[in-house]
Amino acid sequence: MDIFTKFEPLDNKIDILLSNSKHNPFGTVIDTIISPTVGIINGKETLLFGTNNYLGLSQSEPAKQAASHAAIRYGVGTTGSRIANGSYSQHQSLEDEIKNFFHKRSCMVFSTGYQATLGMVSTLAGKDDFLFLDADCHASIYDGSRMSQAQIIRFRHNDPDDLRKRLRRVKNIKGVKLVVVEGVYSMLGDIIPLKEFVDVKKEENAYLMIDEAHSFGIFGDHGRGIAEKENVEQDIDFVVGTFSKSLGTVGGFCVSDYPQFETLRYCTRPYMFTASLPPEVIAATRENLNIIQNQPKLRHKLTANASRFYHALQQEGFQTGPDISPVISVILDDVAQAAQFWDKVLELGAYVNLSLPPATPDHRPLLRASIAATHENDQIDKLVSIYVQSAKEIGIPLGRN
Amino acid sequence: MTTTAESVSKIIIETLLENPRVPRNISPESKIIEDLEFDSLAVMNFVMEIEDKLDVSVPLDHLTDVRTIHDLAEAIVSLK
Repeated sequence: MDIFTKFEPLDNKIDILLSNSKHNPFGTVIDTIISPTVGIINGKETLLFGTNNYLGLSQSEPAKQAASHAAIRYGVGTTGSRIANGSYSQHQSLEDEIKNFFHKRSCMVFSTGYQATLGMVSTLAGKDDFLFLDADCHASIYDGSRMSQAQIIRFRHNDPDDLRKRLRRVKNIKGVKLVVVEGVYSMLGDIIPLKEFVDVKKEENAYLMIDEAHSFGIFGDHGRGIAEKENVEQDIDFVVGTFSKSLGTVGGFCVSDYPQFETLRYCTRPYMFTASLPPEVIAATRENLNIIQNQPKLRHKLTANASRFYHALQQEGFQTGPDISPVISVILDDVAQAAQFWDKVLELGAYVNLSLPPATPDHRPLLRASIAATHENDQIDKLVSIYVQSAKEIGIPLGRN
Repeated sequence: MTTTAESVSKIIIETLLENPRVPRNISPESKIIEDLEFDSLAVMNFVMEIEDKLDVSVPLDHLTDVRTIHDLAEAIVSLK
């Protein structure tokens, strides 16, 4: 037995996966990016449908220009954390712009989205407090809960009644209750019934945090996410989000109206003990935030694209998630079949994500596509025909709806 | 009725056996991860089922020392 012995079961799983797929689903290399929707993979032009680049802004010209200028003017890194030498006026300007966008009092910017949720969950819930996490919450939320030392209670996915029941079980135990949910869940792309969660939060006197990672920039009249769409923004205590999806860069944020929020800068470890974002990333993010604010046509096109893809998949008889969002997954039965399907789709010219249990709900493997505003109709239609051909060649039965 | 680790173990085993993939020869001493081949998600999903059967919430941090079915039963009894 040595230090790696405990990884043997994982090694075996990887071996089985690779025996079913010529290419490694978790080691795909994009040789070159041609556009937000096309790249070169394995030397071949490939449609990109697995990049979470929902508004196509990773390739935004204004952001590229701003990033270049910032790098030349301020350098390529800050070499310090936000609480030491790593806060430039650009970081403050970005925080101001995000808090104004959300009409909130305060904003903290983190170096990744992972760190934003990790930091907020781990810091807000203390030792005697309770965290209530949706069963399908992202790994960063679960990791943050473990760091928090709070009592962690998991409730059934998207089920406000189940949350109410679990909150009531500990009603008489002292300690603050913080509920953590997501606007759009990253695996199936399903949307939270947020109004009902807000009712439960109010009834049971709990705090509510929402991660709008997959909904910020996309839902709501102004792109502020599911809370805006459902008209409950005033009832959300903390909103976290990422820059690495609709904003096309890297980083994360949390906004809140509590005057005490600023104190968190002095005790949130994933904010304090890591280098701040480099100037070029801040500059590009600010530019893309401006685009999100001023170009609503991007999210309208994204919604139309997602709807086109979702309905086409249903028409062809694929099993999908319940909602139309930028994440649209086909639900499959077993891992070997899913790996073969993913590999065939890549071979036929489209890159999507393979998502495997235990990261997926109900232990079902998924073929997960992320749709972008920059996809053309013929690219979406092409992906549908690639799915149909792949399913046929692998022998995946399709039910007709 | 008093709730004991033995009575809770019995309920846990009955619930586990409803799942056809669980080995038939499990006992209170069976290890949940190793003997039942449960991954982390399967453990959390199963605990949720037991919570609802017994109307108790088991915070996930209470599960860190749980290895066997009996350990889980004891953790639940301590919360009742």
